Amino acid sequence: MNVLSPLLAFDAVAAVLLVPVVAAALLALLPGYRITARLNVLASLLTLLAALSLFVTERPEPGQYLLVDDLNIVFIVLNAFVGFTTSIFSASYIAHELETGRLTPANLRFYHAMYQVMMFGMNLAFVSNNIGLMWVAVELATLTTVLMVGIYRTHEALEAAWKYFILGSVGIAFALFGTILVYLAAQPVVGEGYDAMVWTILVEHAATFDPALLNVAFVFLLLGYGTKVGLAPLHAWLPDAHAEGPTPISAVLSGLLLNVALYAVLRFKILLSASPEAIAAGPLMMTMGLTSLIFAAFMLYRRRDIKRLFAYSSIEHMGIIVFAFGLGGPLANFAGLLHMVMHSLTKSAIFFAVGHVAQIKGTQRLSAIRGLTETHPSLGWGLLAGVIAIAGLPPMGIFMSEFLIVSSTFARHPLLAIPLVFGLLVAFGALLLRLTGVAFGQPRGSVAPGKASYIPMYAHLALVLGAGIYLPPPLVAWFQHIANLLR
Amino acid sequence: MVLISALFVQAFQMALVVLLAPLLTGLIRKVKARLLRRQGPSLIQPYRDLLRLLRKEAVVAENASWLFRVAPYLIFATTWVAAAVIPTFATGLIFSWTADLIAIVALLGSARFLLALAGMDVGTSFGGIGSSREAMIATLAEPSMLLIIFTLALVAGSTQLSTIAGFMSSPEVGLRVSLAIALVALVMVAIAENARIPVDNPATHLELTMVHEAMVLEYSGRHLAMIELAASLKLLLYISLIVCIFVPWKLAAPETGPTAYLAGLVVYLTKLIVGGALLALFETSIAKMRVFRVPEFLGAALMLALLATLLRFVSRSL
Amino acid sequence: MNGPVFDIAHMLAGGLVLVSMMMLYQDRLYALLNVFALHSLVLTLSVAWQALIQDAPHLYVTAAIALIFKAIVIPVALHRMIRQLGIHREIETVVGVGPTMLAGIGLVALSIVVMLRVTPEADPLAREDLAFALSVLLLGLLIMVTRRNAVSQVVGFMSLENGLVLAATGAKGMPLVVEISVAFSILIAFIVIGVFLFRIRERFDTVDVRALDDFRGRRRK
Repeated sequence: MNVLSPLLAFDAVAAVLLVPVVAAALLALLPGYRITARLNVLASLLTLLAALSLFVTERPEPGQYLLVDDLNIVFIVLNAFVGFTTSIFSASYIAHELETGRLTPANLRFYHAMYQVMMFGMNLAFVSNNIGLMWVAVELATLTTVLMVGIYRTHEALEAAWKYFILGSVGIAFALFGTILVYLAAQPVVGEGYDAMVWTILVEHAATFDPALLNVAFVFLLLGYGTKVGLAPLHAWLPDAHAEGPTPISAVLSGLLLNVALYAVLRFKILLSASPEAIAAGPLMMTMGLTSLIFAAFMLYRRRDIKRLFAYSSIEHMGIIVFAFGLGGPLANFAGLLHMVMHSLTKSAIFFAVGHVAQIKGTQRLSAIRGLTETHPSLGWGLLAGVIAIAGLPPMGIFMSEFLIVSSTFARHPLLAIPLVFGLLVAFGALLLRLTGVAFGQPRGSVAPGKASYIPMYAHLALVLGAGIYLPPPLVAWFQHIANLLR
Repeated sequence: MVLISALFVQAFQMALVVLLAPLLTGLIRKVKARLLRRQGPSLIQPYRDLLRLLRKEAVVAENASWLFRVAPYLIFATTWVAAAVIPTFATGLIFSWTADLIAIVALLGSARFLLALAGMDVGTSFGGIGSSREAMIATLAEPSMLLIIFTLALVAGSTQLSTIAGFMSSPEVGLRVSLAIALVALVMVAIAENARIPVDNPATHLELTMVHEAMVLEYSGRHLAMIELAASLKLLLYISLIVCIFVPWKLAAPETGPTAYLAGLVVYLTKLIVGGALLALFETSIAKMRVFRVPEFLGAALMLALLATLLRFVSRSL
Repeated sequence: MNGPVFDIAHMLAGGLVLVSMMMLYQDRLYALLNVFALHSLVLTLSVAWQALIQDAPHLYVTAAIALIFKAIVIPVALHRMIRQLGIHREIETVVGVGPTMLAGIGLVALSIVVMLRVTPEADPLAREDLAFALSVLLLGLLIMVTRRNAVSQVVGFMSLENGLVLAATGAKGMPLVVEISVAFSILIAFIVIGVFLFRIRERFDTVDVRALDDFRGRRRK
């Protein structure tokens, strides 16, 4: 019953969880945005270091609540890294928001505290070994982002936050119902109590669970967590939430929160595939993934708001990733994992760039943002590089992962490759069409130089470029190992 | 001997319902008046009204057809037959093989049909409005009633009232949510069928709100007395029906001797008084709804009946 | 599982579905809130009964939370909020009551068919609790979809949560973590909602979400 004692047993895991909690408490109390912004960066850095130390420290045995294995380390490290770079970006971004008076110091205190609570929620979701705890953590992360999306208190921000809240809670409800069903399926085999909610025990015994119940449970879980991944029929919250919240939050939403929900879906997919008689999770996920991809690809054409544009691009990429994991098999899983990492890095880099652009121009309208490479070369070229990466052009990392996904689709289900490639091409065309004007058109609007640091953006892009050119063999071996784990 | 005693019980029941009906109406009026802190008419006022009406001359419109004159008697007769076969204080009456729920609904339906025809017969606009509203209520109330019967039949395995009552008083029935919902739906249907508040107001003469009163506006004298008595009988019938299905305590089984019959009778009277008082309480605590909201009210009853049928599949026999 | 024990659990769980249907029928905010309080009360009784028959004292905590927060505090607070905002007029339902209730019946039928089919071996009480819980969940969703008023959407959401609590308590021996977290999350949700309504009030003097929709498409400067 004691939550703390198993926590303290693992130092690195405890640090990953406790640093954000302590930081959130401090940030809520401290006045002055300069200190709090720096403290926010510091806390994120500490979390990142703790996450990295997970590689070297000995892994603890999976407990009743917490688990560290090969799969979730990728997610935790990625989460901590993007969280750290976003906090740097956020520090410069928020200073500008304060100057223009869109946010007050009281808002900021709240904002920073919520940022750390959100990081805690996401990390907890990754390390939890208990499916109930995982649900709680995902819900915590969602609620904090709801609050942050509404922080500007404009009509649109409130509408976006409300829509996010309503759709998000429906997702939450379905996910919990699915979780309860999993428990019910496990209960006759594992026995009542905590054991029937511990993921490692569930996987061990999944073969003997009632397959029909497991099927229904998975459908609910896929719908529930799929809402948060932003899959097509239930995606409506995503563009609004991205467009109306502060840009650092858009970056975190796209880069991290979608991954949290995806991670949950993956965990349950493993569970389902451990039961031989249950339906295959693959076709369901492939259908939802393809639908999202093609739908979002077409929606990209009609966007007028730059943040909305990239929000739809996130739906598209989550569709690709879910499709890859649905396809299954070592190669597709490998590609899906790689694509997820690349997408997180690239999309957050793009949002960093978009945030600066929107602050300089004072608007998010695509038609008002023109000729950036001329007026703001470093920003403009950075954004262009990000768009090249996200559109899947070589030599960036996304090209490689998309190439792997397409080739393994051709090898396994040639017919499905046609809609996949079609969707990718449509999205590619839309992005280039929309962004050439932004990068090369006749300069328009304010040409004031940006004061912010572009280091986080370039760091992400460099990583993506590096991954596209050369993947270190240990990383490949590690990802392959996880890919086999995912089945 | 058995046959004679059965015949006697049946005859007693027929007399009982027709004699009790005005008293029940009087009781409800009295309770309502007392709840509103009024003195109210005496309990036997409905009898006096009926007697006075019977003595008065019946005025019939010039262009009224034979139907107008025949309808009140037919309405009274069908309602009386329906009321007489319901197990009120005893099951296994000699006519109880006719006490099939569907037959009762059919009898009441023909009474309503006649009343609606009579309302339109004279050709005044009030009668027409009343008849059309009555038809609207009926189109929703009857399907609900049939669905409720369907649920009961599924649970008890029969549409025969005495069988249902027997099943309901046996321990194997248990608490069932589908039965509870069926009860709520049945009460709603009963309120609508008897033109009570909130669907219709039995005491109104305001043209915008009348339903039942509009149809019988042209009647007078003994014709009106027949119709009034039929209306009281119908109310008694519905209360007895609900009581017989959902609280079938102390119903005397066939051939159990006078003590059982007496006990059944006393308990039945108590049930009637409680039912009437509850109806009066309900009516005083609620406002009449607009006529256009009535379909919603009855639609809800229909939905509830449907829900009851559905939930019947989730129960102990799972 | 002997007769009366099962019967009472069955009545309470089924009563929850019935009250959910009643919520669909309500078209005034005050009435909706009162029915929601009744909903939570029925849930409290149901959870308490489960605690008794499963011999699981921790479920009493869940029951107490349901009673205090959802049956008393939240309805009272929302009542006050409605009075302060002066929005006790009719709820504007998107579709009429009839089609909504018909859809509700369809959802109940769907959940009964689905849940009974996939759980043939489970304990009968858990089976029907699941079927009822899914019905309540879907009906709550239906309320949220058919209402445009923010307060009634919140009420729909909370009734949906009640369905989840019913499912969680019906699953025998489900660990405490989940119950507390469910209650906790409702609390958080309520804070969120409270903040929201406050802010919406601040901005628009109305909590009709449709008023917000009018601003869609117009970008801020």
